[in-house]
Parts: sequence; structure tokens; C-alpha cells
Amino acid sequence: MTSSTAPAERSVRSRIWRTAGLPILSILLGLLVGAVVILGSELLLPDHTFDWTLPITAYRALIQGSIGSVNSIINTLVETVPLVLAGLSVALGFKAGLFNIGAQGQFLIGALGAVTVGVAMAGQPPILAISVATLAGFLAGAAWGFIPGILKAVSGAHEVVTTIMLNYIAISVLAWAVSGPLKVPGSPSPITHDVGNAALPILVGSTGHLGILIALGMVAAVSWLLFRTTLGFEIRTVGANPDAARYAGMRPKRLIVLTMSACGALAGLAGACIVLGVTHSMTSAFGTTVGFDAIAVALLARSNPVGVIFSGLLFGAMRAGSGLMQIEAGIPPELIDVVQAMILLFLVIGPVLTRVLRLRGVSGNLGATETITRTYGKEAVS
Amino acid sequence: MTDPVELVRAPALEMSGITKRYPGVVANDHIDLEVRPGEIHALLGENGAGKTTLMNILYGLARPDEGVIRLDGKPVQISGPSDAIARGINMVHQHFMLVPVFTVAENILLGDETMANPIFLDRKESSRRIRELGSRFGFEIDPDAKVGSLSVGWQQRVEILKALYRNARILVLDEPTAVLTPQETEEIFDVLRKLAAQGHSILFISHKLYEVLEIADRITIIRRGKVVGERIPAKTDEADLAELMVGRAVELTVERGESHPAGSILKVTDLDVTDDRGNAAVRGVDLEVRAGEILGVAGVAGNGQDELVEAIIGLRKVAGGRIELAGKDVTANTPRTMNEAGVAYVPADRHRFGLVLPFTLADNMVLTSYYRPPFAHGVLRDFAAIDEAASAGIAKYDVRAPSPNVPAGTLSGGNQQKLVVAREFDRDLKLLILDQPTRGLDVGSIEFIHRQAIRMRNEGTAILLVSAELDEVLEISDRIAIMYRGAIVATVDGRTADKNEVGLLMATGGASREDDGPAGPTGPAGVAGATR
Repeated sequence: MTSSTAPAERSVRSRIWRTAGLPILSILLGLLVGAVVILGSELLLPDHTFDWTLPITAYRALIQGSIGSVNSIINTLVETVPLVLAGLSVALGFKAGLFNIGAQGQFLIGALGAVTVGVAMAGQPPILAISVATLAGFLAGAAWGFIPGILKAVSGAHEVVTTIMLNYIAISVLAWAVSGPLKVPGSPSPITHDVGNAALPILVGSTGHLGILIALGMVAAVSWLLFRTTLGFEIRTVGANPDAARYAGMRPKRLIVLTMSACGALAGLAGACIVLGVTHSMTSAFGTTVGFDAIAVALLARSNPVGVIFSGLLFGAMRAGSGLMQIEAGIPPELIDVVQAMILLFLVIGPVLTRVLRLRGVSGNLGATETITRTYGKEAVS
Repeated sequence: MTDPVELVRAPALEMSGITKRYPGVVANDHIDLEVRPGEIHALLGENGAGKTTLMNILYGLARPDEGVIRLDGKPVQISGPSDAIARGINMVHQHFMLVPVFTVAENILLGDETMANPIFLDRKESSRRIRELGSRFGFEIDPDAKVGSLSVGWQQRVEILKALYRNARILVLDEPTAVLTPQETEEIFDVLRKLAAQGHSILFISHKLYEVLEIADRITIIRRGKVVGERIPAKTDEADLAELMVGRAVELTVERGESHPAGSILKVTDLDVTDDRGNAAVRGVDLEVRAGEILGVAGVAGNGQDELVEAIIGLRKVAGGRIELAGKDVTANTPRTMNEAGVAYVPADRHRFGLVLPFTLADNMVLTSYYRPPFAHGVLRDFAAIDEAASAGIAKYDVRAPSPNVPAGTLSGGNQQKLVVAREFDRDLKLLILDQPTRGLDVGSIEFIHRQAIRMRNEGTAILLVSAELDEVLEISDRIAIMYRGAIVATVDGRTADKNEVGLLMATGGASREDDGPAGPTGPAGVAGATR
């Protein structure tokens, strides 16, 4: 220990290590398990000479495919945009003590809202079409988030249960809309019209659309809301201690409805960015698992809005690079799901992990895990 | 060691030179402590003095950096609680470790069940063994009673029986009387004396001076991780112990002076409130607090005090009756409107209501005023103003913290409570509600909080003090209302009240009494004897 290190500097470093230690460790362990899975999969192949270096080849291709060139970096950014927006949705929920497992449903409904309005405004001037269609995605998602919020405030229905059910309803609504009212007449498969002028403008490369700026703007907006405003203080107080919030004169029920709506809006925006920025139309097959990946993004970021950028980038990069990994190493993109799931697993067993590995000064508590396991409200026995 | 008397007198437990360092703090600094067979040994110290660390070391929850633990003269390494129990060391925690829906027998046998065969429990045999165990130590206990239906005093006896069942030779009791009435305390002391007479060693952790003087054979006092003295009750007194404990002379009874009550501030009329399960918790309560007086509400915890306070503060809906603040009807109030009307509230459970532990001191300091100037302009919070107010409050109320930007959860209990007090006291108030304001605090902090309360009273604030700690109520109240099963059963003068009489009323509600009980001639009109 050098005595020249200023205590302030040391405490900043130790604070970073304290909060980022567990996520970094989980990522490394997740990749390690991924490598073991790659090696194991080789054994299942007939007539295959076992190659110890295959994981390295695969991961090298993954990195190459995600940040190896300007184009791949732009692809990574495009993949990251919805992950950041939906990740913010889940993170904001955690801050308020809510487990928004319904980001997926809000994401789908947001996309549906954006594509419906986008198609309708396809011929309008771009500025008008883009802003109205994006706003439609935002509001549709907010409405889908409002439902579990109001249910919880009025009847105490737990948001985990209601949002999961709303996810299924969202899938069905989307399938009905695309094969029904929104379907291009005469088309052999269910697909909507193109959004035309409502498509988000490309800013960089051939795919880097406006959503990148929207995502960054939302990170700033959520940070500002949470940490600079009185409303954010109320949201965080309700999340950290609902009883103290009531005592302090805040209105937890109102805050729950408001926060769930805001969560829905962010996830809806993620959906809007994909339909308006990438696909420009919608098929019944629409529906990546962005809303579920968002849970991992939020947890990896420890529910910190700025952290969501980094965890979103990581998962975005893995998605973007998985194509090259398949070409160069023959490893299917599903490996990414394995790695992602393992990272999540290591994160939630943080307390065990830090103890087993005897890590000093690393907080093993994710902060949000209590939210996941807790039911809000007064205990039955006083 | 050939002298047989010496052999008998050899310590059952000897901790010598125990040192435990945590980053930046020496929690235990070469502590020596010995407990002899059949001795009741009190460990006295303020919160944060190192009592808990020492007990954790004894219980195997922490490893000492230096020092030796000897049992019956033999050095031992205690690897964990189960090891400690196997060696005959048992702890009765302040918060009972009991399953309320299980019977007494089931709780005691938990983890060491008597089996009829490999699958089924032998309930009959269990009951018999518990009954026998109880009578051996002089208390008849029904082994088949559900623990949840027992009084706190009896639950504690179940805890003690649990320890004895596991052949405890050294019994550690952590603040055992914190939740008991004076009568229950006497009863538990009898049990402890009996245990000691049978050769058990008892380590009694407390910060209540008079109790320690009453029950202990020897007293070891620790301060800031060091043993600062050992006393024998016959050769010491409360002032001496308090000075050793705090490190300076402490005024044990705050000079309360004369009160000069003025107009009525809080007037509660025929108030009914239900608890979370819809049962009547407050029944027809009438009470009045005037400006410049302290009304103490005494009662065993769980007799409706919480619901009464929550109704007044607006946290709980009123089922019937009326609440007036300075003549205005505030029955349908909310915490926010009450706060703005000049009512402050120091809640009983500072962890649940009073503070948001992960938040900084500064954020906690503005927990009830965060939304108004100077702490916010529109929706934007003003961090400069918040920090300034927090720093000022921390300095004025002597909250010991490195900076206003550390989480409240890192402070000791006493400092956390001072933080709540700093927030609630430091503004223009009409009514101050103190709910168990000194629970779990040390003498120094108690003195401080009582002094502040008296100061507020002298400045003309009406104060409603609710406490299960009878001594506290007796010490600073101008009038005392005794609450029993949701009703005020009597109101007495705070200066002339007799402790035993009030204690009896708390425990029984004065059921045998037909009149207004000890509501003496000095009891002010309007509130006395509100029995319904």
C-alpha cells in the first residue's frame, strides 16, 4: 500500500470495485462456462477432431464481429439501442421496488403502436411522421405499463403475476393485428405496410439510426429524474422503504402507477426503435426477446441508468458478433443465450460467490434481488 | 489449585486479552472477562461499546484477532453457534427466535426432536420432558400452548427453557428486560436467581443501570472496546456506573422543572381505531395535550399505542371519533397535511418508518420536507441547501458521522435516532409525538433526547410521549395516561405517580378497581379515568 495514494482517490477506486466487482466477475465466469459448453459440444459431434482452441476461435470471432470494424461497431450500437431502453424500463422498476417482468409485453405493444401510426403516417412529412409514430410507441407502452400499475395500487395484485399475463396478451394482440387489420391485403404472409416517412433516419453507416440518440437521451432523462428531481426521490424512497415513504407523506400507490407507466413507456420506445429504425414493417414473427434480456441488462447494471449503457453494450455486442462466430467457428448464436443466462445466474448468487471466492470489499448484494423476491405491502402479522 | 474452594471458584468462562479489529476501528481491545459458576455477571456498556462483538466472538460468529477463551480453565476454539451450544454456551436474543404458530414444546425441541420412530414425533414424551424441565426451574409452563398466544414474558421463558434443554451452563441474555413490564422483569429475575443457585453461569447484557445493580453479582463495564472497570453492586451506584460507561458524569434524571401548560393543542375525543386485521385496537380514547406539557402514554407494547399514534399522524384511518389540532378538525388528515400543520413524529421503529437506511444522512434529513423550498424549487432538488441543512442539523444534534453523505445505515442506533430527532425537532412545532424515542439507546443518548424534549416543552410545544419504558414515562411526563387494551384506564400526575401502581395498571388495566384508580387529585380534568 503506497502512502502517497490520496484517501479520496482510494475510496473512489474501492467504490468502483465494490459496485462493479460482481458484474465483472459474473461476465468472466459466464464466458468461462460458455467456453466449457463449446468444448463439451465438440464431444457430441461425430468424426470431429477435438480442438482445445475452439472457444478462443469462437470468442475471437465474437469480438471481431462486434467491434472489429466500423460497420460491426455500428451494428453493435443498433443491437444495443432496444436493450438499453428496455433495460432502463426494468431498472427504473427496480428503483421503485417493482419487478417489471412485463417489459417484453410493453415492448411488443410499443412496437405495435409505432407501426400502426407509422403506416398511417407513412406519407406525411418525415419530421411529423417520425415524431408522432415514436410518440405512439411510447404511449402504447405506457398504457400497457399503466394496467399492472393500477391493478397493484387498487387491489394489491402483484406486478410479477399481472405483467407475465399481460405479456401473453400482448403476443396475441400483436399476432391478431398483423394477420388482421394491419395485414397488407393480398400478401401471402402476414406483414404490415412499410412505415415510409416514419422510418428513423440513418445517422451513421448503413444502419445506425436515430434510436442511438434516443437511447442516450433516455439514459440522461431517467438519471435526471431519479437523482435530481423530487419525484425521483419519491420513487427511490418507495423502492427502498415503502413504510418510510408513507410516513414522509408520499403516496406510494400514485407512485406505483406512475412508475409502471414510465417503465412501460421506455420499453415501448424500445419496440418503436426496432420497427421504425430497423424492420420498418412488422410480421407476426416479430418479437425478439428484448424485454426479457432487459432484466439481465438491468441486473448487470445494478439498476443504475448509466450502468445500463455498459451492460446493454455488452449484450448488444454479443448479439452483433454472434453471426461471425457462427461463420468462423461454427458455434450457433444460441451460445449467447447460454452465456447471458450464466451471467445472470452468477449475479443473483452474488452473496454466495463473494463468500466462496473470499472477495473483500465487493458487495455481493445486487440491491434488486430483494425486489424480485419481495411482495410489497404490509406483513400480515404486525 | 489444590484448594477445593478455589476449584469451585474457578471461572466457568474466561475470556482474556480478546482483541478484534475491524477496518478503522478496534471493536474489542484486550478485553478480559470471567464468569464463575453460579454467578450472574453483568456486562454493561453503551451501544457500540463492543458488547455485541464480544458476544459474537463467544458464540463463534466472529474470530478474535488475539486472545484466548477458556471454558473451565481449558482453552477452546469456538467455530460457530452450534459448537458454542455443544459446549454449553447459549444465547437468549433480544428478538426472540421462536416460531409463533408452534407450541412451546415444538419450539424448544426444534432441531432436536424427540422421535417415536424414525418418521413421527413423540408428542407425549416431548410434552412430559418440557413440563418436567419447567418445574425443575420453578416455572409451570404448558408445553402445548402456542407460543404466539403467550405474553412476551412467557415467550422469554420459553427461550430460556430452550437454552436449558440444550444443557446450557453459560447463559447469555442480551437486553432481556427491554420488552418486559416491571412485574415481568421481577419474575424473570427470580428465574435467573434460581438458575444461578443451581450452578448456571449467567452473562447479563444491559444498559439499564438499576437492573444491573439489582440482579448482578459482579459488573464489568466496557467503553469503546476496553474494559474500564469491574464493580460489585454493594460498592457502587448508578452515578458511578453511568460515568464509567459514558466516560463523563451523566445526569441520570433530567431536570424537568415546572411545566406551564397553555391552550389545548391536541384534543382526541372518543377515538376508535382498528388494527390491520380489523380488530378494535383503540376504543373510545379521550385525551388532551396542551401547549408546554408532556403527556406520557404508558402501556405494555401492543395495547393500541401504535394505532393511536398512527391515527393521530394520519397513517391510519379513524373508525370513529374526532381529532382536533389547535381547535381545527384534523380527523381526515394525512401525514403530509399534519406535517405542514406543525406536527412532528419520531416513530417507534426508526428502521421501518423513521429512516431510509441506504440513503445518505442528507437525504434522510429532508425525508419529510424534500419537496418544498429551500430543498426543492419546482421539481428540482437543491442539493446545496439540503447539504447545508444536513450539516447544520448534524452539528446541532451531535450526530456522530464522518459526513452528511454516508448512508444512514452505517450509523449506530443512537446516532440514527439523533438524526431522526434532528429532522423532527428542528422547526416550528405545535405538537411533537415521541413514540418509544429512546428504545435501544444508551444512557448518553437517552439523556440527550430527554433534554431536547424538555427544551421543546419549555418552548411551548405540546408533546405526546408514548413508551413501553415505564421509567422514561415517569421521568419526563407532566401527566401520565395508562393505556390498556386500547383504552385509557387512568391518568395520573407525572410527578407523584407511583411506579408500582402504574406498572400494575399497565399489566392489568386495574380491572379490580371501580373508580378512576390512582388518578390523584392533581390529575387535570378532562382526561382522567377515561375507562369505558
